[in-house]
Amino acid sequence: MNEVLQVVVNALSLGSLHALLALGLVMVFGILKLVNFAYGELIMVAGYTWFVLQPSWVPLILIMLVAIVAVVITSVATERIAFRPLRSGSMNAMLITSFAVSTILQSSALIFVSPRPSVINVPRGLTSYISVGPAQISVLNLVIFAVSIVTLLGLMLVMQKTRLGITLRAAADDFRMLQLLGIRADQVIATAFVISGLLAGIAGVLWVSRIGMVWPTIGMTPLLIAIIAIVVGGMNSLKGAIVGGFFMGALHIIMQTFLPQNLLAFLDAFIFGVVILVLVFRPEGIVKGRFQTERIG
Amino acid sequence: MTQLSRLPLARKTLPVIITLGALVVIAVGVSLFGSTVTNRIVTVMFVHVVLVLGLQLFMGNSGILSFAHVGFMAIGAYGSALMSIPAENKSRSLPNLYEPLMGVELGFLPAILVGAATAGLFAAITGVALMRLSDTAAAISSFALLVIINVVLSQWNEVTNGPRTLSGILKYTDMWTAFGWAAIGVIVAFLFKESSLGMKLRASRDNLHAADAIGINVTRTRWISFVFSAFIAGLAGGLWAHFITSFQPDALYFEMTFLVLMMLVVGGPHTITGATLGVIIVTVVNEGLRSIENNLALSGALPFKTVGMTEIVLAVVLIIMLALRPGGIIHTVELGGGVGRRRELQTSASSQKGTRR
Repeated sequence: MNEVLQVVVNALSLGSLHALLALGLVMVFGILKLVNFAYGELIMVAGYTWFVLQPSWVPLILIMLVAIVAVVITSVATERIAFRPLRSGSMNAMLITSFAVSTILQSSALIFVSPRPSVINVPRGLTSYISVGPAQISVLNLVIFAVSIVTLLGLMLVMQKTRLGITLRAAADDFRMLQLLGIRADQVIATAFVISGLLAGIAGVLWVSRIGMVWPTIGMTPLLIAIIAIVVGGMNSLKGAIVGGFFMGALHIIMQTFLPQNLLAFLDAFIFGVVILVLVFRPEGIVKGRFQTERIG
Repeated sequence: MTQLSRLPLARKTLPVIITLGALVVIAVGVSLFGSTVTNRIVTVMFVHVVLVLGLQLFMGNSGILSFAHVGFMAIGAYGSALMSIPAENKSRSLPNLYEPLMGVELGFLPAILVGAATAGLFAAITGVALMRLSDTAAAISSFALLVIINVVLSQWNEVTNGPRTLSGILKYTDMWTAFGWAAIGVIVAFLFKESSLGMKLRASRDNLHAADAIGINVTRTRWISFVFSAFIAGLAGGLWAHFITSFQPDALYFEMTFLVLMMLVVGGPHTITGATLGVIIVTVVNEGLRSIENNLALSGALPFKTVGMTEIVLAVVLIIMLALRPGGIIHTVELGGGVGRRRELQTSASSQKGTRR
């Protein structure tokens, strides 16, 4: 019984974090139809900003905010410098560009900081456990869950109620129509990158405090998780990303708990296998968007 | 049309001759004047030619981005290594290998063919699912495939020595072997491009629905070429393994994928002359930067470490390249294939505009 509570809390916490990651990726994907491979490096930027500011007198909460701002700036800068000139080009060119941006950011961290993992001091309060009956529940997991849920609700509110949100959703549905109605394309896309960066920043700070370290290729795992989550959840809607995120979190925790020890090393292969299966049997993902991507067969 | 196709033979054979000629010049030049280092670089370059042409065969003709080919290369590398490592080396480098594989000791050619066939088989199975997808979904799935292959290779201790280095492979590939395979690769890629299969595939790339409507089975066409190109990638893996002789799974992962995609995209994914040229240019730039990086590191002129600078410069060049010339250096017409073709080009260019988003 106590194990069940623990598994549920862990799954919810990881799921909400994955949902944040997936949402940030889908924000950009929805509008540009671009899977931004440089997305994982935003997590790295959050981690390194924290690491660099750590020795100073700046209070932790401020460091976290600065880290989030740094991520937003990076996200917008990559859009402005790398993606905007290529927007009219082919899909493949954009995908490869994002791959190149990711390489640039990673190699910069390698050169200017260190190729080895750098330790982040996560406050003791976060790493402790509280006992609920016989179950041990990590404070950090609760914090992650709370922050993620608040962010998710906030974003939903913005997307549903404000003019900005409606513009963004319309852009994801039919970008050309939106342009015909006189909305500036550059502005909408830049906004999407701001929100994507904001989500990545928050998720990044939470991610780094979970791990307690940062290294140049730290972004790989969150990127993969976000990609899988949006593919599984449905690439054409925000709801899909959230559903996909929670699904992945739950799947991960469940597999980790119940997979036999000798197969645990193949965890990632199993998860990716699930992705391909989902794509084959339900190419539009769990949640159907309004428009389906082109598909044959 | 009759007017325009007056020079079909020259138009079709000239690019092959130019490409092969360039490769011959490089090979002869290096064997006459080159040092051991340049010999090494050029050998790897020829292996890359095989790989990139295998990738071009699928990606260029179908328009589907594939991240998985370096994974197929890895399968080919490990598959052929398992076949060719002599038994006494095997007991040292892979002590826990399954008994039936322990005694296998094939020659070079059968070994790399078995490796390539394994890669092709794996592509055949996964391709059934993958080839039904289009655009971004297909690209992401191939990315997932690359990750799966890497995870399995780096965790399957019995067969691959896990994430650690696999050693004890005999060195069979030298520069001329690699050159021979590169030349075969060039010819095969051109033959494929002109074959009915290649044309069907390009038809599906240019307009999926029209191709479907005139009775092309797009899924099937893609599947066949996917398997074939994975076979070639596997072959390249075998050649590479028998040149490098000791490697670990991560040597054939994102970095290599980035390099290979870059070669293809810089040169021009739609053309074979372009793809080959891309391999040559990227190799030259990469090696040049690498040596500058090493010299800087040795001289200590800069206050920070220089490892990774090559990657940054390459990536920046790639982005600029894509922004200025998104179709690559040689875009639609093969080098030497433009004899008397200007008018045809104009019409195809104006009809292509409509298909872009």
